[in-house]
Amino acid sequence: MEFGPFLLLALMEGMVMSAVLALTAVGLSLVFGVMRVVNVAHGEFFMLGAVAAWFVTQAVPGHPALGFAAALLLAPLFVGAVAALADGLILKRLNYDPEATIVATIGLSYIFQQAALSFYGPDARPVLAPFDLRLQLPWFGYSGYKIAVVIAAALILIGIWLFMTRSRAGLVMRATQADRDTARAFGINVDRVFATVFALGAAMAAMGAVLIVPIQQAHYLMGHDPLLLSFIVVIIGGLGSLRGTLVAALLIGLSDGVISVFFSPTLAKILATLFVALVLVFRPQGLFGGQR
Amino acid sequence: MTRFLDRSLILHLAVIAALFAAQYLLPSYHHTNIARIMVLAVFAMGYNIAFGYTGLLSLGHALFFAAGLYATGLGVEQWGLPTGIALIGGLAAGGAVAVATGLLALRTGGVSFMIVTLMFAQAGYLTILYFGAVTRGDEGFVISTAARSLGGLVLSDSTTRYFMALALFAVAMLAKLALVRSPTGRVLVALRENEERSRMLGFDPFRYKLLALGISGLYAGAAGAAYAVLFGYVGATFASIQYSILPLLYVLLGGAGTVLGPFLGALVMFYLIDISSGYTTAHLAVVGLALLILVLFAPKGILGALRERGLKWLP
Repeated sequence: MEFGPFLLLALMEGMVMSAVLALTAVGLSLVFGVMRVVNVAHGEFFMLGAVAAWFVTQAVPGHPALGFAAALLLAPLFVGAVAALADGLILKRLNYDPEATIVATIGLSYIFQQAALSFYGPDARPVLAPFDLRLQLPWFGYSGYKIAVVIAAALILIGIWLFMTRSRAGLVMRATQADRDTARAFGINVDRVFATVFALGAAMAAMGAVLIVPIQQAHYLMGHDPLLLSFIVVIIGGLGSLRGTLVAALLIGLSDGVISVFFSPTLAKILATLFVALVLVFRPQGLFGGQR
Repeated sequence: MTRFLDRSLILHLAVIAALFAAQYLLPSYHHTNIARIMVLAVFAMGYNIAFGYTGLLSLGHALFFAAGLYATGLGVEQWGLPTGIALIGGLAAGGAVAVATGLLALRTGGVSFMIVTLMFAQAGYLTILYFGAVTRGDEGFVISTAARSLGGLVLSDSTTRYFMALALFAVAMLAKLALVRSPTGRVLVALRENEERSRMLGFDPFRYKLLALGISGLYAGAAGAAYAVLFGYVGATFASIQYSILPLLYVLLGGAGTVLGPFLGALVMFYLIDISSGYTTAHLAVVGLALLILVLFAPKGILGALRERGLKWLP
């Protein structure tokens, strides 16, 4: 293949990655922005979403699209419920102390991995795509489903954005983010907001996972890369800034796609991790965050 | 200067003596376990100097351990260095990597520091995988028995290994005891408690933190180097995030900011997993639950709780 089409392929792969990454990272960013909690278990919520999707599609008979639609609805609900439970049972009792919550979410991530290993097993298992469509470009064929992933992720993100900016619940969340104590003084139930935000963040990771699982199989250790990349994206975008997170997801997804195709996926991740460490050191507000 | 042989020094010497006696008293099944625990405890003691005493919660100590492990492992296996030189190289590599990391990471604090160290360690882990042709990546490599000898001592022999691990452990623990009781050690604790006030008293926080991280890296490097020649295996798993979490777990369990805590934590955790594996294969859940229970109900760990209930002199 010549350079031009090869680059196009790399960029398209990068777009798919950006889309899923944006969903996952916006979830992480939301949790950090509102709750000031660094959720190390976020990758495991992603993994639980993929595993739940496998169970749901197995349980629903008939056309794969039916099972997939059910999974896209049920897996995020299930993961969100698990997250809300974890928030109420553990994080709340720690008073959301930053260091204690990091240790606690590391503990949670081990428990989720073990749960997946015990109930799902060590194998990687595929989920059928809801439809089978191949787009024939002049240079190569491309999966129609991958393009659908990008569109679906964009729609979900627009939905989240509308929810945050136009709904009353979104307003309450933004108020809590801006000033927790004042929000409480105005009668906002901060505990409930936190539980909702934590559940919503986890559900977004699960949605990303359900979208990706027909392309990449579900496995109990699959949460590692999404966690790392979400961290990278959230930090580069500026901690807690949703718009920055989106731009950074696009930047990291596309560059990861290009470097992975032309060089090696490992090199892409080495560069991204070093880049993020240097951003945190020299520009802690993120590349796109304003001065605080 | 207090009495030369005060009670805390006696306690620590007694622990070393007990470990010496354990070689003769315990069945041989435990020898390898305890040798491993002692080496990992050295790693955790280094972690404790940064986290427990200075308040630097790093999520990247696997990088320093792996620096020691690979410097020594590659040194004897691929570059043909004598074992003694390779061991010193491993120690130095751990310290050097820690100082280099610290020069950048210490410009941040709190949550950012954790994430920067996590990212550097992850970059290190991926680099080991990337140069798989030399490092053999995840699969790792075994160090030949011929290379595992030091001045006529055969380190692959179970008894020699036990005493070498004990020697390293004893030196590391006594050095740490001396450090935390020295004026420098008190400055580190002061930094943990109130950085601004220490700055006002004229101590440069950056220099002292870098010193703490560097010493911490020397410990991790020494543990990694010793692990390579004592157990004869070098692999990328030791650079993964799991090995950054382990010393944190040991220190939290035993008691952050106590000299004996890391060893106690390593001992309890190792046997907790060893015994529980007789009943369940869910090792990950044991580790996860231990972390949760500690952070929820016993944030000061075993020795930290004892220190609060009367044993105030515990260093």
